[in-house]
Amino acid sequence: MENAGTGREAPLLEARNITKYFGAITALDGVNFHLSRGEVLGVVGDNGAGKSTLMKILSGLYVPSEGQIVFDGRPVRFSSPRDARNAGIEMVYQDLALAGNMTIFENIYLGREPGQKFLGLSVVDQKRSREMAQEHLDRLKIHVKSVDQLVEELSGGQQQAVAIARATAFDARVVIMDEPTAALAIKEVGKVLDLISGLKDHGVSIILISHRMDDVFYVCDRVMALFHGRNFADAPLKDTNRNEVIGWIMGTKGHSEAVAHDQVR
Amino acid sequence: MGSKALLLRYLDRFGIIIVVLLMIAVLTYLEPQYFLTFRNFSNILKQIAENAMLSLGMLLVILTAGIDLSVGSVLALAMMCLVMADIVGGWPWWIVVFIGPLVGIAAGLFNGFGLTLLRLPHPFIMTLGTLFAMRGLTNLISGGVPYSGLSDPVRFLGSAQIPLSFLGPGATLPVSAIVVAIAYIGISLFLRRAAVGRHIYAVGGNPNAARVSGINVDRVLLLVYALCGFFAGMGGLLTAGRTNSGFPLAGQGAELDAIAAVIIGGASFFGGRGTVLGVLGGVFIMGLLRNGLNLQNVSPFWQQLLIGFIIILAVWIDVLRRRAAVRT
Repeated sequence: MENAGTGREAPLLEARNITKYFGAITALDGVNFHLSRGEVLGVVGDNGAGKSTLMKILSGLYVPSEGQIVFDGRPVRFSSPRDARNAGIEMVYQDLALAGNMTIFENIYLGREPGQKFLGLSVVDQKRSREMAQEHLDRLKIHVKSVDQLVEELSGGQQQAVAIARATAFDARVVIMDEPTAALAIKEVGKVLDLISGLKDHGVSIILISHRMDDVFYVCDRVMALFHGRNFADAPLKDTNRNEVIGWIMGTKGHSEAVAHDQVR
Repeated sequence: MGSKALLLRYLDRFGIIIVVLLMIAVLTYLEPQYFLTFRNFSNILKQIAENAMLSLGMLLVILTAGIDLSVGSVLALAMMCLVMADIVGGWPWWIVVFIGPLVGIAAGLFNGFGLTLLRLPHPFIMTLGTLFAMRGLTNLISGGVPYSGLSDPVRFLGSAQIPLSFLGPGATLPVSAIVVAIAYIGISLFLRRAAVGRHIYAVGGNPNAARVSGINVDRVLLLVYALCGFFAGMGGLLTAGRTNSGFPLAGQGAELDAIAAVIIGGASFFGGRGTVLGVLGGVFIMGLLRNGLNLQNVSPFWQQLLIGFIIILAVWIDVLRRRAAVRT
């Protein structure tokens, strides 16, 4: 199933024939993956289908057993999340990975604080850090009372926004998001999805893992499904529909609407 | 931020100073002739120096959601090593004064490697082990007996006093208080300004977040336990100087005093929360309490009982404060 819309230009991020073993278990079996510039790709699949494993390989947390990753036309090999980050691939974790006891601006620059060396110690320039954080949040149209607020005082949606701001603070080219709306109140889901659309307008490519069809059909350009660790289906959003995608998650193609509803509800 | 929230934040930060001032006021009322004299304050400063050193190191460890039970034993080991080098070995003083802190750092690194390399499940276990091991080592190298009669330069930091006679009779500034002040200001700046200082808070707040942010969590832990050992070693140097001796039982139970001061100072046992100012307040509260009760001829048994209740009270206030903060 070739992607009609973005098939002509070379993809920004491509994974070829990725296989990953955990002991005797084959988590991924010859998976191919591609992501174009400025594309929002939805990745769906049941629990254990291999979505998270694939994302962890792309973000440098796991090294694939076999296969190749090509980023911006060059083969790359990530041995840690730091490598992937330096290349411009950021991940927003499902548990957000924020330090609640610290302020918004500190979380955004955690581990990459602006500052200078003083007696061999790197000293944080907090004034600049605050200003940079405020500018960055403004650019993303994220509104907070103050960048000095502690992250634990924020709502789930605001925390998600901070996590996304952190992922994009250093010119990320690909942002991987793992279930960004799963833990949110309904009224906050829309805000986060709009934030994702906004990132796309800034030219960031996004991989969105989600169980929520509403999310996928609201922001994605294309959707790919994994099933039992293999590529199962892949289509531009305009060529498919919710029920078909739900069928893919369950490993069926050409199913009837009734089957989908019976099994999902 | 509403005015109530602002008030809470200020109380959070400076409330402990109010408590210390209140204690001073009450003790002055109870003991008007003696308490508020410079001589007594010089005494208090001398008495709290060791606990101040241990507590500062303990704060760093507790900020990472850890604990170091071995500081009392490390203090004794550092003290015994430097005293033996001075008295038995006759080493030059400018080497001897570095032995205490260096032994402390070595013991701290030992704790740190146990946690990061051996992956022991909780620092409680590793440092409980070193609590016994270091005490044993102290007894082994000293033969279990005390030594006294240090050379003057070695005693300087722990016992020297700068006379401040213009303030009144017996008014002096102990050099150990200056050492404490330098250490507290230094660590306060380090925690607030240095990237590594902030990483200590991040590791305590959410180690997973620290890890995926590219922070080397193991290195932060090693640094923190090494610094804690360093301050225990400094405590050994100060105690040796003050008492003009080295005794293998030094610092027994001192780890509990240090933990108490850190907790009274408002640090969270679960990591990520706590300030140098708070710990200083905690150290002063314990020091003033002991001093005041001694002046009142209250038995040390009552002191223990009171300190116990103050720890419980301090944590309860923290719980109330947290609850109030959630509501705003």
